[in-house]
Amino acid sequence: MNHRRSLIGTLLAAAIVTAGCTGSGGTSKGADAKAPDDPSKVSGTIKVLTHRTDLVQDGTMKKYAAAFNKTYPKVDVEFEALTDYEGEVKIRMNTENYGDVLMIPAVIKKNDYPKFFASLGTVAERGKKYHFTDFTTVDGKVYGQSPMGAVPGFLYNKRVWKEAGISDWPTTPAEFIAGLKAVKSRTDAVPYYTNFKDMWPLTQWTYADGAVSCDTQATTRLAEGDPWAAGEDLRVGDTLLHDIVKQGLIEKDPTTTNWEASKPKLAKGEIATMWLGSWAVIQFQAAAKEAGADPDDIGFMPFPAQKDGTFCATMSPDYNQAVNINSDNKAAARAWIDWFTEKSGYAEQNMALSPVKGAPLPEVLKPYEDAGVKLIELDDAEGGTVKEIDNASEVGIYKPDYRQDLVDLARGARKGSLDDFLADLGKRWTEAAQSLGS
Amino acid sequence: MPHTTETETETVARSTVTAPPGARTPRPAGKARAARVWQRLTPWLFLAAPLALLITFTYAPVANMVAYSFTDWDGVSPELHYTGVENYVDIFTREELFQVFLVSGYYLAASAVQIVLALYFATILSFSVRFRNFFKGVLFFPYLMNGVAIGFVFLYFFQDGGTLDSVLRLFGHETDRAWLSTSTSANVSLAGVSVWRYLGLNFVLFLGAIQSIPGELYEAAELDGANRWHQFRYIIAPGIRPVLSLSVILSISGSLAVFEIPYIMTGGATGTETFVIQTVKLAFQFNKTGLASAAAVVLLLIILAVTWVQRRLVPDDKVDLV
Repeated sequence: MNHRRSLIGTLLAAAIVTAGCTGSGGTSKGADAKAPDDPSKVSGTIKVLTHRTDLVQDGTMKKYAAAFNKTYPKVDVEFEALTDYEGEVKIRMNTENYGDVLMIPAVIKKNDYPKFFASLGTVAERGKKYHFTDFTTVDGKVYGQSPMGAVPGFLYNKRVWKEAGISDWPTTPAEFIAGLKAVKSRTDAVPYYTNFKDMWPLTQWTYADGAVSCDTQATTRLAEGDPWAAGEDLRVGDTLLHDIVKQGLIEKDPTTTNWEASKPKLAKGEIATMWLGSWAVIQFQAAAKEAGADPDDIGFMPFPAQKDGTFCATMSPDYNQAVNINSDNKAAARAWIDWFTEKSGYAEQNMALSPVKGAPLPEVLKPYEDAGVKLIELDDAEGGTVKEIDNASEVGIYKPDYRQDLVDLARGARKGSLDDFLADLGKRWTEAAQSLGS
Repeated sequence: MPHTTETETETVARSTVTAPPGARTPRPAGKARAARVWQRLTPWLFLAAPLALLITFTYAPVANMVAYSFTDWDGVSPELHYTGVENYVDIFTREELFQVFLVSGYYLAASAVQIVLALYFATILSFSVRFRNFFKGVLFFPYLMNGVAIGFVFLYFFQDGGTLDSVLRLFGHETDRAWLSTSTSANVSLAGVSVWRYLGLNFVLFLGAIQSIPGELYEAAELDGANRWHQFRYIIAPGIRPVLSLSVILSISGSLAVFEIPYIMTGGATGTETFVIQTVKLAFQFNKTGLASAAAVVLLLIILAVTWVQRRLVPDDKVDLV
């Protein structure tokens, strides 16, 4: 017995000692990654962590690195592509070893940016030149830069909508639903596809925020009030989703949807509409070519709401690239980010919005330009607070769960009314906001 | 058990080498002491590697988790604050966090079915049946497959117009049912998958226990005129009681901690969320690592408590068939 007890004691002690050896890679000092003055003098090896496994595998990233080396001959760029980017980088952020350049994972709190990343400069200086600087600004300093941006919208099959007799974009949610009904009665297509099973496409509905009110302060309003109060952007968006489902305008069995299979289906006209973003157009056009359908059939329309007679769409960044605060080659890392943002052509090749101010709109957004859709950039000063409220309340506006519940509610797999459901979300949200504020 | 015997023989062999009988060394006492030290040390040397692995990969993370459960850590931030028992208070005061245990009811019911089926098949296949080994393989095979793969396979199985629908149509039964689309239907379907998967494990456990019963007993019973049912009732059932009670414990703790299959197939949507899925979501979606750690500790305690109660109610007697 004695023996056993001392054994257990030793084991426990060892366990606790080992447990105590875990640490964290962040520092509280803060650092700057200054842009190098002379490109030919910067040297060192930088490792870039990326979620674009496809681009690393097909050698596109290598080509970018080669082009980069023409200006910065002494910098060696290595890539590490991670399939489960969020999950793996989150764990690596607890060490110092998370590459030299990385995409800021969503899990990092905005206020913690200065602990993990080196600053790229002040917002006053960078904001003049680039979009999306707001999204990574803490105390006037910018910590990341997105190499491209996107706007939300409905991908739709032009041919199917035309067959249903609709040629103009609907301007109100009611008109939009009438349009889907026409699609249902006059064509064989599924009017709207939820992508319920794959979950993340449902989170896209959060980007309706700002599109309804056309207010650049939409994010601040999320932080300060009830996002599901009457007339608020998220309520309008979620109500539209609810009504689409409730009226039976979606696929037969949402629980077994398939994202990859949905692309050729939309291209071939078996699905009429999906709420996604401009980033998806290139993928669907590729799927159309593969399926032998016409890529030009894939259309893109804004959220059915107008303010003073014009549509609005919000520009939002992709992953933001940042410099690891522990990097030994901060100058080289900084050079890569600036070059990649400005000169790589990454945004154009992905048919995405360029992060450089004043750059022309991509081909995909031509219809928006022609129709005079107003593109706005949301003020993200309260973006960090919104995420904190979101986590504290466990509502998850950037997570699929509550919208899955909403779809279940609308199709009768869950009891309750829409008003109660949204009121409960609002209650949890405002309570969390209050407890954080106190 | 075989491990201990091995180390013992090893120790004996070692001591004969280091301290041969009638040694002609000048200081036999010192040698003898050294030998004794070695004798004591050897088993520990053998244990060093597995113990180091066990501590690093099992006990240290558990100790860490318990420590995190008293903090508000978000999983990445370098800062964490000690919050006392706040997380535990949270878990026990928010009823929605406990409601998910209702879902475990489906799996508990399913595991009862599973044990009965496994027992049935194990009994039948322990007698000489044609293609016995083939059927054993068929029953055990699903257990060898990866849970994630099973999730994907069954997603196609339950799809609208998928395998299940086609098979039913083959038998002339036209279904127009979305199997995963209502809470009850989804949970029953998922529990069915779990029965399919774990039946093999129970079956093998039972089969092993049944085959360890000496064959003479059956012969004697047959001479006394016992039929198959009697053999099962009076020989097999008491003979496998320890394994049966082990299976019950495993299936109770298993149904409280269901994860893979519902997580892959529905992600916890439509009322299929289990306690573990909820914990994972707390930790990795809402970044409440502290709260999630506390939830994991609570689950561990619940399972320990259930096991303890079960052992109290059904004490594990020595089986004596003869």
